[in-house]
Amino acid sequence: MTELPASTQKKLGLVIDLDTCVGCHACVISCKGWNTENYGAPLSDVDAYGADPAGTFLNRVHSYEITPAEGPAQLVHFPKSCLHCEDAPCVTVCPTGASYKRQEDGIVLVNETACIGCGLCAWACPYGARELDALEGVMKKCTLCVDRIYNENLPEVDRQPACVRTCPAGARHFGDLGDPDSDVSKLVAERGGMDLMPEQGTKPVNKYLPPRPKQDRAEEFDILAPFLEPVAEDPKGFLGWLDKALERL
Amino acid sequence: MHPAPSVIIFTSFSGLGFGLLLFLGLGFPPVTGWVAFVFYAIAYALAVGGLLASTFHLGNPQRALKAFTQWKTSWLSREAWLSVAALLVMAVYAFCAVFLDTRLTVIGWIGAALSLLTVYSTSMIYGQLRTVPRWNQPLTPVHLLTLSIAGGALLAGQMTAAAALLALAAAVQVAHWQVGDSALKESGTNLATATGLGTPGNIRAFEPPHTGTNYLLKEFVHVVGRKHSRKLRMIALTLGYGLPVVLLIIPGAGHVLGLLAVISHVAGLVTSRWLFFAEAEHVVGLYYGKRSA
Amino acid sequence: MAHTQPAIDLSPKVSDEIRKTTCYMCACRCGINVHMKDGKVAYIEGNRDHPVNKGVLCAKGSAGIMQVNAPSRLRAPLKRVGPRGSGEFEEITWDEALEIAVSWLKPIRENDPEKLAFFTGRDQSQSFTGLWAQNFGTPNFAAHGGFCSVNMAAGGIYTMGGAFWEFGQPDWDHTKLLMIFGVAEDHDSNPIKMGLGKIKARGAKVIGVNPIRSGYNAIADEWVGITPGTDGLFILSLIHCLLKAGRIDLNYLRRYTNAPVLVNGDESSPEHGLLLRDEDGKMLVLDRRTGKPAPFDDPDVVPDLAGTWRNAGITHRPVFQLLADRYLSDDYAPEAVADRVGISAKRIRHIAAELARVAFEEEIEIDQPWTDFRGVKHDKMIGRPVSFHAMRGISAHSNGFQTCRALHVLQILLGSVEVPGGFRFKPPYPKPTEAHPKPHCGVTPGKPLNGPHLGYVQGPDDLCLKDDGSPARIDKAYTWENPMSAHGLMHMVISNAYAGDPYKIDTLFMYMANMSWNSSMNTSGVMKMLTDKDENGDYVIPRIIYSDAYSSEMVAYADLILPDTTYLERHDCISLLDRPICEADAAADAIRWPVIEPDRDVRGFQSVLVDLGARLGMPAFVNEDGSAKYKDYADYIVNHERKPGIGPLAGFRGDGSDKGRGAPNPEQLNRYIENGGFFVEHIPDAALYYKPWNADYQNWAVGMGLYDSPQPYLFSLYAEPMRRFQLAAEGHGDRQPPEHLRERVKTVMDPLPIWYPPFEDGHVDPEEYPVHALTQRPMAMYHSWGTQNAWLRQLHGRNPLYVPTKIWEANGFCEGDWARVTSAHGSIVVPVAHMAALNENTVWTWNAIGKRKGAWALDEHAPEATKGFLLNHLIHELLPPKGDGMRWANSDPVTGQAAWFDLRVKIEKVAAPEEAQPAYPPIKSPVGQGPQNLAWKVGK
Ligand SMILES: Nc1nc2c(c(=O)[nH]1)N[C@H]1C(S)=C(S)[C@@H](COP(=O)(O)OP(=O)(O)OC[C@H]3O[C@@H](n4cnc5c(=O)[nH]c(N)nc54)[C@H](O)[C@@H]3O)O[C@H]1N2
Ligand SMILES: Nc1nc2c(c(=O)[nH]1)N[C@H]1C(S)=C(S)[C@@H](COP(=O)(O)OP(=O)(O)OC[C@H]3O[C@@H](n4cnc5c(=O)[nH]c(N)nc54)[C@H](O)[C@@H]3O)O[C@H]1N2
Ligand code: SF4
Ligand code: SF4
Ligand code: SF4
Ligand code: SF4
Ligand code: SF4
Ligand SMILES: [Mo]
Repeated sequence: MTELPASTQKKLGLVIDLDTCVGCHACVISCKGWNTENYGAPLSDVDAYGADPAGTFLNRVHSYEITPAEGPAQLVHFPKSCLHCEDAPCVTVCPTGASYKRQEDGIVLVNETACIGCGLCAWACPYGARELDALEGVMKKCTLCVDRIYNENLPEVDRQPACVRTCPAGARHFGDLGDPDSDVSKLVAERGGMDLMPEQGTKPVNKYLPPRPKQDRAEEFDILAPFLEPVAEDPKGFLGWLDKALERL
Repeated sequence: MHPAPSVIIFTSFSGLGFGLLLFLGLGFPPVTGWVAFVFYAIAYALAVGGLLASTFHLGNPQRALKAFTQWKTSWLSREAWLSVAALLVMAVYAFCAVFLDTRLTVIGWIGAALSLLTVYSTSMIYGQLRTVPRWNQPLTPVHLLTLSIAGGALLAGQMTAAAALLALAAAVQVAHWQVGDSALKESGTNLATATGLGTPGNIRAFEPPHTGTNYLLKEFVHVVGRKHSRKLRMIALTLGYGLPVVLLIIPGAGHVLGLLAVISHVAGLVTSRWLFFAEAEHVVGLYYGKRSA
Repeated sequence: MAHTQPAIDLSPKVSDEIRKTTCYMCACRCGINVHMKDGKVAYIEGNRDHPVNKGVLCAKGSAGIMQVNAPSRLRAPLKRVGPRGSGEFEEITWDEALEIAVSWLKPIRENDPEKLAFFTGRDQSQSFTGLWAQNFGTPNFAAHGGFCSVNMAAGGIYTMGGAFWEFGQPDWDHTKLLMIFGVAEDHDSNPIKMGLGKIKARGAKVIGVNPIRSGYNAIADEWVGITPGTDGLFILSLIHCLLKAGRIDLNYLRRYTNAPVLVNGDESSPEHGLLLRDEDGKMLVLDRRTGKPAPFDDPDVVPDLAGTWRNAGITHRPVFQLLADRYLSDDYAPEAVADRVGISAKRIRHIAAELARVAFEEEIEIDQPWTDFRGVKHDKMIGRPVSFHAMRGISAHSNGFQTCRALHVLQILLGSVEVPGGFRFKPPYPKPTEAHPKPHCGVTPGKPLNGPHLGYVQGPDDLCLKDDGSPARIDKAYTWENPMSAHGLMHMVISNAYAGDPYKIDTLFMYMANMSWNSSMNTSGVMKMLTDKDENGDYVIPRIIYSDAYSSEMVAYADLILPDTTYLERHDCISLLDRPICEADAAADAIRWPVIEPDRDVRGFQSVLVDLGARLGMPAFVNEDGSAKYKDYADYIVNHERKPGIGPLAGFRGDGSDKGRGAPNPEQLNRYIENGGFFVEHIPDAALYYKPWNADYQNWAVGMGLYDSPQPYLFSLYAEPMRRFQLAAEGHGDRQPPEHLRERVKTVMDPLPIWYPPFEDGHVDPEEYPVHALTQRPMAMYHSWGTQNAWLRQLHGRNPLYVPTKIWEANGFCEGDWARVTSAHGSIVVPVAHMAALNENTVWTWNAIGKRKGAWALDEHAPEATKGFLLNHLIHELLPPKGDGMRWANSDPVTGQAAWFDLRVKIEKVAAPEEAQPAYPPIKSPVGQGPQNLAWKVGK
């Protein structure tokens, strides 16, 4: 239903570590695989082998280049899927009630049987987290793998989103961000997890851990100099040092 | 935003249609009989045709009725209700006017109010979107409403009113463009807030997530060159507002000039509406490093 | 109003059944759970129990479902009907295909086996294909290693009996500083990512050395944007700093390396520079207690590094002193190298200091007693938690072998190999070079070759030369041009066969290698060589048989196509005899098995080889009575024995409980399937580190059948086999290098690592071609295969040339611009894009995205074919002529490794053409074109 629940019992979501993501796209494709076979209509691909292939994906990995005032430029790989916002504008704009936020865990879903494919929710989402499937004409978005995380047909360890389970670098974390004691909440607190476009007022549940500061700067160099204090000035001296050092062993 | 013909037609023509219904409901001109029939046919053709066009861009139009359910939060749902209500109320009014030669004044007023509200709700579908800063300004409903009313006046043959209203709408149009041009910047959303990384000057999109295109790029990323847009704005201003006003204030302007004014206005309106979409930048474009010139 | 929401099924059925097998979307070979619905593949995920990937899966792995349904899959054997390169074929039956093959191969085998060249690409069944080739009797067999990363393999094995590649790994759980050189992806794709994740989670540090800061380098804490081809110099400078500061592990050096071994100092001796040995052939070290030489493995010896041994008027010095002499020289001081490597002297010192600090101040100890090969007991395992990894960025240069050696020497000086926190080998490594076979090339018509083709030479005597000194192999491996070419030189096969140099061949038989496109240098030239005719109107390379599973570019250039299955439709064996999937903690191997049946008339290529082997009557494939020995490859996997008790698979032998050694078990494959498709045997705790010298490890390895007897050895800071070649070049011995190579052999076969500029620098004018041009593997694409995959091709459907800011601005480039890129060999016109996080003199692109029109069942207008491009057109297998009348190979002079990354170019802005240049006419697709739309869901 289009009205947002006054509050949700949990705030399930993802925490994505930008310091660890290598940009491998594993999460993108495992998401595509799981969600093509599972929840709702398959994620289709148009002109799949042609000149202009375009498919539906619920998760895409961008990359950005930062050129700091000092030090060399950096690349950051940046996966992005639905952030399961607390104040989800995509839900309130939906005319049919197809878009809704679950009361028990805060997951934002599309009920495809009610969706008319008007696209308005995608217009309302600042993050580009919704894509209208070209063949099915219904709105697709990250389901937070709602059909995995509670699925009793899966072993307990596998009850987590497909993208989290597959991420080789371990850059994706899943949990209850409403519970300050959860692992994900602690991680967010420890690493200064951040919101995307906070000014849009969507209150995203998903958080991003910023890259740690790089150590490319010249001024830090000298602290280590003592570790390279020469043991001798000439080859003879070196042999003398060697002899003494061996004696000590 | 992608300037989809269905949406341009929908908003332009339904705006005109409801604008005309507004005037008819208020009794300008106070027509009945066959003349009324022609007026209502035009109004309904525009309003209903526009609404129908809007269903062309639906992925699953067969479920369109579901769009009536969420009036509590959704402007699109409200628009659905209001438009149907306006059309129904005005249908009663029109039926009486055409066939019974009676004008039920109160019903007309109600119908007029509903028509106006319909246009307002349409405008709010766009105006409410924080994701499109150019639209997310108080002038958006004013712009769409003034245009609709002016166009309605024009179609209703209210020459003097139309000339004045067009001038007003033109002023609003210009103001809307002006405010809109800096709206994205003013909104505070930029690639730095979008990613939480860097500062606005030192971060840029490197590789796109996919080399191919996707729904988001097709729907939201449309780049209009600045020169192109200046030209189109002049065309929209001239055809949509300037020329009609001139034609209208030519003393003794008859039907021919009136018709020319209407044609010119529609051409300008469609251009303006094309720009309304094409120039609107959705913040998602930032993630893709796409900004119009 | 209370919140209402639809009720949804939170526990839908996931699948009918899970079949566990091994991924082959790349050579990493992760374990996969294939979820089946209605007998069809529904979803693929990682196998949590698998030693390689522990549940994770990369993009390619997850996209396997799109590979298995790819429209580009070949459907039946093909016989060429149009001209070569046209792509015109007719489908034939397997009977006909095999008859044709036999009619070509049988006469060759009986008369002149070397007229067959059998080269395999990215397969992982080399122990099997090698056996086949050996039985055929041709000396001309190798796999793709020669153009891939043989410098890495050989550099590692000759130095420390094991290599990076996927044969070893950093101690991910303990390392505190990882330095990673020239890696974009590597074969150990998922394990490296998992390891980096672990390091990051612990807050340990990663230094990335790479001209390009993407992928792993993007998350490195510190980035060193080195000038391509100069890593060796940088590393030797680090060594200089560490030596000078005495920041080296003397204890480690004297116990486990040849640092204390005495070098023959007698300049007049034919053994000058070789290691001194006793009558038993044991290397001699100087014993500090007596000042006299003693065998290195004597339990009581205290090896000395500081002394010298004077005998008969001649002073013999330990290796370490030669090494110190060389690298303490100011030639290697940071200030002396900074400009050439593009890293400031301050920065080089800083990195050396950081290595020193972590190695020696953050030493770690594991409470685990162990015993070394001398019988000495140690109560702890001491770790130096700095680790290194490197791959093609340092090896795919013409100075790559020496650079790889330099890096290993650095590791060894720090005492950080096979210790906690350092670099660790994966079984069957460590393994000294002497324990590897030597190369064989003895041909007898109608009979098998006299031994395995590939191996490790110890000196000139082991070269593959004919009596007249000419190369015995078509690829000229193991000749003076590249004496230690341990993997062969696949990149030279076509050009040599075309030139008839060293001789002509009759049939080129290839498997899984896209040689007319992305895996060749000089792609246009290769296409010409494959299609050129002689004066009689016959093709210069008379016959080409090729096995591929898909409609690749190479298919069009073959005469007979033997279509393979996809990886989910066949048996495969990931064997300890090949490139296994072991971890540093465990030995492991795995299988693939047909989790689905092919829906086309295709056969697993290995099974086809088994069949051909029997039809040709090759001893390993027929019984006494001439009947076929194996029904198919599965039968071979179970029943073949390399040595009694040792077969392709180590697990579940004998009655099912034997590991490593044991009789064939008819139930073996079923046991593998029950076990998730793999077998893993953990290394005992006391044997986990110090493997080359650890008695427990050595004994465990013997038990597992990895060696027949313990093989402890010393690491070779000084590579004695190289010195043997140098000695020959100095005029010693009967096997002498040809004159034109004498000086080069003298220089490059230096037994202590050296650095010299990449050869291309000396052959083209660096002023005219000032820019280095590189490729990188995209993580989500495997060479050319990814393009036929509907999901993956959306990630990388075209590839711009990335240009650094300096060049970008100098050329006035804007987004959407194109450039002409010219090398000494050729020129291409391609789209450019800007990248700031890049060495300022380097451009690069993603590898193997560009495609030939008509291939891979794609639309001819596919962006891969119109905007995508290959850098290969700019790279020649020979260097430009230099005035000495010679065409030198664009390869490492030690191993023959293709020097892909030596390439120098110039770049200029040009108007955007219709499509990337050069453009070729389309080839006819033998499989048609893929469908318009896809919505692949097998469940209801
Ligand atoms: N410019 C440049 N060029 C390079 C490199 C570089 O870094 N830069 N790298 C080089 C290196 S290291 C390598 S290893 C080569 C790789 O080059 P190739 O080995 O040629 O790589 P692939 O494109 O993977 O081609 C292998 C062929 O195997 C086929 N194939 C896939 N699966 C199967 C199967 O199951 N059975 C059979 N029979 N065939 C199959 C594919 O269809 C394809 O035609 O490229 C080299 N080329
Ligand atoms: N996803 C995926 N995985 C693959 C493959 C694939 O095609 N796709 N191919 C497999 C194969 S066959 C191979 S051989 C491996 C290769 O794995 P990698 O060795 O990772 O191969 P490349 O992608 O060639 O990366 C070479 C890296 O070296 C850097 N480099 C180039 N020159 C220099 C230099 O002079 N110094 C330094 N320090 N760096 C340099 C380049 O910038 C690049 O990052 O990957 C294997 N894994
Ligand atoms: S799978 Fe993990 S490392 Fe790879 S792109 Fe996704 S988040 Fe990044
Ligand atoms: S990210 Fe977008 S789609 Fe997801 S909840 Fe927020 S606004 Fe809605
Ligand atoms: S596209 Fe579907 S989910 Fe989105 S707003 Fe329209 S009806 Fe609602
Ligand atoms: S949580 Fe599930 S649906 Fe969402 S991005 Fe991850 S895999 Fe896709
Ligand atoms: S790294 Fe990826 S493609 Fe390679 S074997 Fe593993 S899962 Fe498969
Ligand atoms: Mo390779």
